[in-house]
Amino acid sequence: MNAKKNSIIDEVTQGEYKYGFVTDIETEVAPKGLNEDIIRFISTKKEEPEFMLDFRLKAFARWQKMKMPDWAHLNIPAIDFQDIIYYAAPKKKKELESLDEVDPELLKTFEKLGISLEEQKRLSGVAVDAIIDSVSVKTTFSDTLAELGIIFCSFSEALRNHPDLVKKYVGSVVPYSDNYFAALNSAVFSDGSFCYIPKGVKCPIELSTYFRINAANTGQFERTLIIADEGSYVSYMEGCTAPMRDENQLHAAVVEIIALKDAEVKYSTVQNWYPGSKEGKGGIYNFVTKRGICKGANSKISWTQVETGSAVTWKYPSCILAGDNSVSEFYSVAVTNNHQQADTGTKMIHIGKNTKSTIISKGISAGFSNNTYRGLVRIAKSAINSRNYSQCDSLLLGDKCGAHTFPYINALNRSSIVEHEATTSKISEDQLFYCNQRGIDPENAIGLIVNGYAKEVLNKLPMEFAVEAQKLLSISLEGSVG
Amino acid sequence: MQPLVKNNILKEKIIGLSRENREDIIGYDTPDITKIREQALSKFVDLGFPDQSVEEWRNTNLDNALSYDYNLAFHPVKKITNIESIFKCNVPHLNTLLLPLLNGWHVFMGEALKTLEDGTIVGSFAHAIKKYPEIIGRHFSKYSGAGKNGLEALNTAIAQDGIFIYVPEGVEVKSPIQIVNIIRPESNIFVQARNLIILGKNSKLTLVHCDDSYNLLPGFSNTVTEVFIGENAKLNHNKLQNINNDSTIINSTYFHQKSNSKLLYNAISLNGGLIRNNTYVKLNGEGCETNILGLYLMDKTQHIDNYTYIDHVKPNCNSKKLFKGILDEKATGVFNGHVHVRRDAQNTNAVQKNQNILLTDTAKIDTKPFLEIYADDVKCSHGATVGQLNTEALFYIRSRGIEERNAELLLMYAFAAEVINHISIDALRDRIDDMVKKRLRGELSVCDQCVLHCSSQEQPVQFDIDMSLLKTNN
Amino acid sequence: MLSIKNLKVSINEKEILKGLSLEVNAGEIHAIMGPNGTGKSTLASIIAGRDIFNVDSGEVIYKGKNLLEMAPEVRACDGIFLGFQYPVEIPGVSITNFLRTAMNEQRKYRGLEPITAKEFFAKMEEKKKLVEIHSKLTNRSVNEGFSGGEKKKNEIFQMAMLEPELAILDETDSGLDIDALKIVAKGVNSLRTENNAFIVITHYQRLLDYIVPDFVHVLYEGKIVKTGGKELAFELEEKGYEWLKN
Repeated sequence: MNAKKNSIIDEVTQGEYKYGFVTDIETEVAPKGLNEDIIRFISTKKEEPEFMLDFRLKAFARWQKMKMPDWAHLNIPAIDFQDIIYYAAPKKKKELESLDEVDPELLKTFEKLGISLEEQKRLSGVAVDAIIDSVSVKTTFSDTLAELGIIFCSFSEALRNHPDLVKKYVGSVVPYSDNYFAALNSAVFSDGSFCYIPKGVKCPIELSTYFRINAANTGQFERTLIIADEGSYVSYMEGCTAPMRDENQLHAAVVEIIALKDAEVKYSTVQNWYPGSKEGKGGIYNFVTKRGICKGANSKISWTQVETGSAVTWKYPSCILAGDNSVSEFYSVAVTNNHQQADTGTKMIHIGKNTKSTIISKGISAGFSNNTYRGLVRIAKSAINSRNYSQCDSLLLGDKCGAHTFPYINALNRSSIVEHEATTSKISEDQLFYCNQRGIDPENAIGLIVNGYAKEVLNKLPMEFAVEAQKLLSISLEGSVG
Repeated sequence: MQPLVKNNILKEKIIGLSRENREDIIGYDTPDITKIREQALSKFVDLGFPDQSVEEWRNTNLDNALSYDYNLAFHPVKKITNIESIFKCNVPHLNTLLLPLLNGWHVFMGEALKTLEDGTIVGSFAHAIKKYPEIIGRHFSKYSGAGKNGLEALNTAIAQDGIFIYVPEGVEVKSPIQIVNIIRPESNIFVQARNLIILGKNSKLTLVHCDDSYNLLPGFSNTVTEVFIGENAKLNHNKLQNINNDSTIINSTYFHQKSNSKLLYNAISLNGGLIRNNTYVKLNGEGCETNILGLYLMDKTQHIDNYTYIDHVKPNCNSKKLFKGILDEKATGVFNGHVHVRRDAQNTNAVQKNQNILLTDTAKIDTKPFLEIYADDVKCSHGATVGQLNTEALFYIRSRGIEERNAELLLMYAFAAEVINHISIDALRDRIDDMVKKRLRGELSVCDQCVLHCSSQEQPVQFDIDMSLLKTNN
Repeated sequence: MLSIKNLKVSINEKEILKGLSLEVNAGEIHAIMGPNGTGKSTLASIIAGRDIFNVDSGEVIYKGKNLLEMAPEVRACDGIFLGFQYPVEIPGVSITNFLRTAMNEQRKYRGLEPITAKEFFAKMEEKKKLVEIHSKLTNRSVNEGFSGGEKKKNEIFQMAMLEPELAILDETDSGLDIDALKIVAKGVNSLRTENNAFIVITHYQRLLDYIVPDFVHVLYEGKIVKTGGKELAFELEEKGYEWLKN
């Protein structure tokens, strides 16, 4: 019986990464290594205003004094930060005026990934900012959005056209000194997405950023800034893939969200960076700082993430609930397989009165992987009548993986209620046999059960993403038997 | 940064004193034990006192507790007057064999080590090293190692005495054994006690372990207890902590369970300036059961930190953890629970629960119920809640004509009862029940000068409401 | 269709089936009765392919193939359906999604195209009526939070959807009130053709008032000790199992 089980797990864990191809495009790269000159080079390259360079240099100075964090339940070999290329961009001949001018190879790349940059070809209303090796190559629908006053463009473009907005908000949620990787990102980020929704505007289409690492030896350091002005609404999606390479590649992004009074921001991620080979070779090191602030009263930020990729994931999309009655949600499915490691979760910092947060986390571990939920719920003294509910479930597929739950609850007033529940289980033989008996083979049965297990979270994804996420879950785990 | 320097002064003082008094410390030792002590001392030299940079100590700050200019007790108190009143146990009808510890030293009349009728050996740890070197050699420091932190290492290095209990194979000890650990500081005192409790195969023991203080002077008690529970043996361990508000207790207990053994551990903390209980359980045999319960009722600026680590090493074991706390005024609480299920520990059942009630906006709780799991055929769950009293229940009770304060007391009592009900010694349970009621009414802390030791019999406390009518779930 | 010869089965070295033989042909309904713990459910599990048992000796031939060598899902695809005595809950997986997956797997096995959504839903509507289950039920997760009766009806509903050749109903009647029992029976009877067969495992003669068996077997201490027509059920009801001991 065990031999059979193992063979199924083997089959599953050998699911291939579909996005591992490399695109042959001409890339302009900076020399390897990190120093002030490189930072100045990036800043100059991007024709940035002075304040941005200042920010970068301060961040760099700070970063040099910091140590890589080691508190996570992760085993990461030392990273040589001087052996990384901090700037790589697809070469372009001139400013792009229309899609026709985008390198056809690039277009093909995104087509292959299932992302169409041709607006008329898109079935649903999703505006895409496509970022390859840290540089935005094309933002779709920006004209349509502009009519509503919505700014959706690359970060570099925002720096050129809306420097005041950027200056006001960049680093306001994640200061450059926040942590090691945020400091690194602040120093060297090359591009990213920028989004501003004006007062009272409900963004009618999904905004989306698609990240692609292509060049070898490069790190990807993008920065996203989303500002939802009073009473506005936006749903934002983020997807990512990378080629299969034997060496590890670094991705250290920062996302900042600001929700003003009565605004709502939904942020969804399907993270599918290259996870490394079955033997644990290569793969992306994913160190991401994502944080939102519910700045105004009655504002709402929700994070939904499906994490299936990366060799190492270190990521805690968080929310500061500063405004009274503000609400935040965190829904997460994290799948680890083979030798992947994930330490992910959230922080909910309650400051305003009557604030509410919900955390639903579903971890699924298979192969030799380790999957950790780490979360903090802090109820400040001022956050009277606040509520948090957390539920963190882990599912183990196979007996060589690990599933860990490290919740931290810090409560400082009497009127608030914090509840945390967690369970760890495996797929029962009975469930599996029941599916088998109806003619569903073990692999599909696992896919079905895992999708059922993760449903609470998948349901929170926008339609466009839900289907992709479901497929991804099945591909990453097809048929693991617990 | 400043406090570290202060701690360092104490650290240096203790290291100096330890070296000066080396001959006394190792006086009873076998060469092996001396070696263990030396290793432990160098570990303390390396680690120093735990500070908040260490994850396990992040929420407990020892700076204040370590700011006194403590003295160490390398010798037992010579002349003890009114010994009866010091160790008078105020639990009516509790028939125990009393083993007193004063400032870390076993106080005895007659023999330092007694052999009971059933063959059980009880008495001074220091004398046991000498008399039973073979048993001590097999167990001492075998479960704790040098200690998980500087304080435990320090204890291993310099603790001279404590209580030794050896229950031979197959013996079921009839009446409970009670260890009473009292700090009586003439001047500020830093006390190390080292207990070793061994339960042979198929044996059975009920233990009551009390930490009390004698007066209001600050004291620091650093106890390490190693408990070996042999195959199929059963230990029922009741811990009661009630010390003055300026005293600190660091109480580390290592339980090592062999197959099919059972442990029921109750830790009731009623009063204390700073209490830190480290409870480590290693389930090192199949079919073990372990049940760790805790109740803490803190007020003023008291601080309690319950750190528990359950290590499921072998398959088919069950563990349950339930800690409940009520924090009033400016009290702070920490629950740090860690369940570790190792690769081979299939078919593990582990439940971990921590529930807290904050009565004020100045009270504070940090709770961290951790699960670390490497086996797939397991059922593990944990939960933590923080809240206030259930307002609906409160309203319901009040609508029946009960005044608010009493309604609150009722609910708090019901909340605490879930732990109290697990105490299996009737007399002790009734007494603790009583003390909890008093504590909740704010009466116990008023007379904490004498707590259990004042010779005048306290009036039994009557609740205005019949508690028996209430269910424990609130 | 199904031929079991001298089957011996044990679990944890405890022998449960001690040389059981049974022949089932297309178009037949067989009832298996017997006291608790005589191996009725074990037999059902063995046919469906539950791997917690050891087959010590004997053979099970289904449509000319050695059934014991087939994976449970292959058996299902080949037309075997087990109505579970205790259907398991599968949180988050809706019945609709579950059944459609199962049906398409089975169709794939038979070389058929996947069923279109339209056909599938039409078929669901039809079969739901047959077993009188609420539309809402199919939107819920498989068996999660179902009452005992709902679980059993759901089993019959799935059977109706999957149209097996050999259906084994393991105590589908236990825990059902008389109305639910009638519905279950109606489901079975309407599905009955000359090409399929049913094995109905039950304690009580009651169910057999509604599902009329061609054969009644008494399973006792791991063997079929008596076989007869439907009148045997009445005899058993009257005399109890004790009577068999002689």
